[in-house]
Amino acid sequence: MSDDGSYFQRDRAWHPPAFTPDYKTSILRSPRFPLLSLDNTISELTGPVFGDALLGPLDNDLIRNYAKDGDPIGQRIVVYGRVLDENARAVPGALLEFWQANAGGRYRHRKETYLAAIDPNFGGCGRAITDSEGRYEFRTIKPGAYPWPNGVNDWRPAHIHFSVFGHAFAQRLITQMYFEGDPMIWQCPIVRTIPDKAAIEQLVAALDRNATLPMDALAYKFDIVLRGRRATMFENRPEGN
Amino acid sequence: MVQKLDRLKESPSQTAGPYVHIGTNPNSVEIKGVWNEDLGSRMLNTQTLGERIVLEGRVLDGSGAPLKDVLVEIWQADAQGLYPSPQEKRGKADPHFAGWGRQPVDPVTGIYHFETVKPGRVPYRDGRMMAPHVTFWLVSRGINLGLHTRLYFADEEEANAQCPVLARIEHTRRIPTLIASRSEANGLATYTFDIRLQGEGETVFFDI
Repeated sequence: MSDDGSYFQRDRAWHPPAFTPDYKTSILRSPRFPLLSLDNTISELTGPVFGDALLGPLDNDLIRNYAKDGDPIGQRIVVYGRVLDENARAVPGALLEFWQANAGGRYRHRKETYLAAIDPNFGGCGRAITDSEGRYEFRTIKPGAYPWPNGVNDWRPAHIHFSVFGHAFAQRLITQMYFEGDPMIWQCPIVRTIPDKAAIEQLVAALDRNATLPMDALAYKFDIVLRGRRATMFENRPEGN
Repeated sequence: MVQKLDRLKESPSQTAGPYVHIGTNPNSVEIKGVWNEDLGSRMLNTQTLGERIVLEGRVLDGSGAPLKDVLVEIWQADAQGLYPSPQEKRGKADPHFAGWGRQPVDPVTGIYHFETVKPGRVPYRDGRMMAPHVTFWLVSRGINLGLHTRLYFADEEEANAQCPVLARIEHTRRIPTLIASRSEANGLATYTFDIRLQGEGETVFFDI
């Protein structure tokens, strides 16, 4: 058996559908025609790779990578986990990018007008590449909840955005990480674009007291699963790629 | 009960949100000094082989308004039809070509802009050649799961007519939504490719 088949079909009943009217912006930004199903060609089975040479020493340290004259204010945390595929195998060399608001829920972005203060020592972006066992980690400040113009009083739960590159463009994924025990997860129209409660729980990072650094930072574990690839047991057609 | 398959479920997608550029293109939103250059902003250098081209267009919502917060990623073969990826088994791609690009759109006009080379042809699963194409992946506020589509080139009529992927589009009236028009200025070809998310002239999107 060799891993040269296509990626497992995406379970689009597990992912959020495109049209989720309680999340208002999706109404005009969702296609009405069905997607055209396309068994992976080489254009989807390949993808960019990024070596460790890309990374600077502070790329996974959001406490220090924008600091001007001190540390940012807020709850110091470490976020760590593994990137796996649906076959439960590690995905080494995966580039993760993350971005988030500061402790008060304020993003450093020109379009952002929320009255909570900018933190002069916090940028809010970082990146990491998984090691040979698929592991990554970074440290940051726990983001605050954030109000947004959807319903008249909608608030996002505390969250960190993740962008993930696996080994193929077919695995490309952007998602959000939430924090264990946050009651606002279950009230959020963006979270609730995901129809299945078990799928939502897959995005909730667990507080890990064993990985917590005493007198320093709390730790949260967040594993990410990318599409698995079919192993070819029997060839039933000539492969062009 | 039957045996368990012991597979995991893919992490569900969530929207990239309106502030995606903080994480992907921080320099474009004035977050300077975290890293020197936004990843994916340059696909070429002076030694890259092939015809230099520009890809431009807008992403339009169901009311016809351009998205001004969308992030566009492209992935394509080099001029000889080879992908710069370890998964590419047919040969070694041009070491001076990235294959992957990523750009925010202009915050006023909503226009994306890529400087790249025209890709060579690559094979479909059965060995027939697909027409030259560039894969597009769109994420933004209001898009819950990244959308995949392809740009094909208007001046590749013969190859487009033979492309096994375009041939799979049952509603042939929709094929032109994937074909970029060509214009030329000072010897440089620009291909214009607007993507309509919804409604009249809706672009074909793929489940890959």
